Amino acid sequence: MSAIDHAPDTAGTAPEGPLLVVQDLQKHFPVRGGLLGRTQAKVQAVDGVSFEVSKGETLGIVGESGCGKSTTAKLLIGLTEKDKGDIVFDGQSLGPDLSLKDLRKSVQMVFQDSYATLNPRLTILDSVAFGAKVLGLEDPAGLASKMMDRVGLDPDRFAHRYPHELSGGQRQRVNIARALAMSPRLVVLDEAVSALDKSVEAQVLNLLNDLRAEFGLTYIFISHDLNVVRYISDRILVMYLGEVVEVAPVDSIWAAQAHPYTRSLFSAMPSMDPDNRTKVPPLTGDPPNPINPPSGCRFHTRCRFASEVCKARAPKLAGLSENAAHLVACHLHDPASGHPDAGQGLPS
Amino acid sequence: MTNLLDINNLTIRFNGKRTVHAINDVSLSMKQGETLALLGESGSGKSVTLKALLGLLPPKRTQIEGSIHVNGTDVLSLSGKALRRYRGGEVSMVFQEPALALDPVYTVGHQIAEAVMRHKGISRDDAMSTALDMLDRVRIPSANRRLHNYPHELSGGMRQRVMIALALACRPKLLLADEPTTALDATVQIQILLLLRELQKEFGMGVIFVTHDIGVAVEISERVAVMYAGQIVEEGTTREIIREGRHPYTQGLLAANLHDVARGERLNAIPGAPPALETRPEACSFAPRCPHVLPACRECRPPMVDLSERRRVACLRAQETIAAE
Repeated sequence: MSAIDHAPDTAGTAPEGPLLVVQDLQKHFPVRGGLLGRTQAKVQAVDGVSFEVSKGETLGIVGESGCGKSTTAKLLIGLTEKDKGDIVFDGQSLGPDLSLKDLRKSVQMVFQDSYATLNPRLTILDSVAFGAKVLGLEDPAGLASKMMDRVGLDPDRFAHRYPHELSGGQRQRVNIARALAMSPRLVVLDEAVSALDKSVEAQVLNLLNDLRAEFGLTYIFISHDLNVVRYISDRILVMYLGEVVEVAPVDSIWAAQAHPYTRSLFSAMPSMDPDNRTKVPPLTGDPPNPINPPSGCRFHTRCRFASEVCKARAPKLAGLSENAAHLVACHLHDPASGHPDAGQGLPS
Repeated sequence: MTNLLDINNLTIRFNGKRTVHAINDVSLSMKQGETLALLGESGSGKSVTLKALLGLLPPKRTQIEGSIHVNGTDVLSLSGKALRRYRGGEVSMVFQEPALALDPVYTVGHQIAEAVMRHKGISRDDAMSTALDMLDRVRIPSANRRLHNYPHELSGGMRQRVMIALALACRPKLLLADEPTTALDATVQIQILLLLRELQKEFGMGVIFVTHDIGVAVEISERVAVMYAGQIVEEGTTREIIREGRHPYTQGLLAANLHDVARGERLNAIPGAPPALETRPEACSFAPRCPHVLPACRECRPPMVDLSERRRVACLRAQETIAAE
């Protein structure tokens, strides 16, 4: 098979610009209740999220449950309708320049639950060929068996099986093949390896790396496993209660986390050294409910360094003075914020 | 002093439409007050082992051979009243999903008190004060108020603390924990692990902690038994397993943890998938995926080799130094 004839069409309108720009994305889910079913509260799932993804880059998104990482992914391909915010794909703004249908040809998604995302009544071949068939492309079955072969599933053996006859790792390969059959340029992987056993996870990560190189793909990789995200990503974006708290190149954030939450998240990773086990938990309690998130900086209720200004005012995402590519939203890093320890970085 | 736990040649088979050889000839012993991690992937038999220890497997479809002794009691022969006294009294369990394991229609205080009343035969008031004391010990803030909460009013981490309080209320000698932190967020998981470590010291009980995460095993346990396809393939102290895991499967698991892997470097993934356990394994179950396989591996089950005191591995090449990869 050839990678060339299947290579994505890179003749975009802005060859130098980022592939994806997300501006101030917001989604609040209403909580209805009471006798009349009125909106009683709003889950602020995603609140003012902005980021960019360059061509060929892998952006890792990490955070705990309820931080809005999966909602962000769904907003990106319009599976959930956004309240406000702009999504610009390769220089074309979703809505005015680019229809949702066209966006979805270029952006595909792989989900965590490999079984729930496959139609149990379609054979593997039909599932992989489905998108091409709907779009009226030539020879969907041929394309599908080529993609199956590429993800390591022998078409002769697997084409006519059903999802329940496959293992979790094999099903996730089917999902990847189905996504790639549309020749996407951006693939959003939402906890795509989280449900797999460790030994199978490693196989799928190898496959994802190979496919990225072969097809020139760009990934958004969502996971709660920091080791996996570090392995596959170029940059890491950290979310907390619907907001971005830190974005930085992997090496930079691994060497020194700038946001107190990011640091806690990193030190909550189990140690791999039996002689040097974790002694004190980095945070107490659970993350607060996103229905009524705390005022100001949403992390202030759990932050050791919180001061009055953190309760009053939300910090803005800004580059560190020593490294402009490392963005953080914390008053400690802004000399003008009014935080008593501001401008000295994160105390140890 | 008798061992806390002695499992001898345990073999468990599920009969039904499909026969599954879930546990194949497992032997394991634990001393009083030890913490052991059972490490393995899904289908390796970790949870089935725990269920057998509590007599929770459906008797009609399950065929059990071998023996299990806890503190000298023959667990497999227990039934009726003796089994009820043993469950929750001698041995109790913390499940993965506290939202499913707790009863939604009773307050958490009520549930803990009920267990204490049953086992200790004390009055409801005394049992409630025991419940309050337990909630304090699992570090639930304002325990007095939480006592009257229903499970749905608590966060995931808080529910797991309640589950632990419930399991420990009757001071069992052995606590079984079936992936109790898998459903929790990272920052909550580490809190629960440290809590379990403290409570283990405080109460002096033995703990079997089932997990698929090597990092979690390192944080919680002194000893590790690695399971694959219903068998224990390697056992030793956590230090020995992490530093010099001898079984090729253990080595593969360590490599797949991605702890010290450079970005983008090709992973040393174990190829293939675990076997279906429809027939009783007659050869090394790992042979089809093993990078060091010999022809002999496909002919007989590798015997358990004792490398040193309480350090054993089931591999024909155990004696050779297999370079850690």
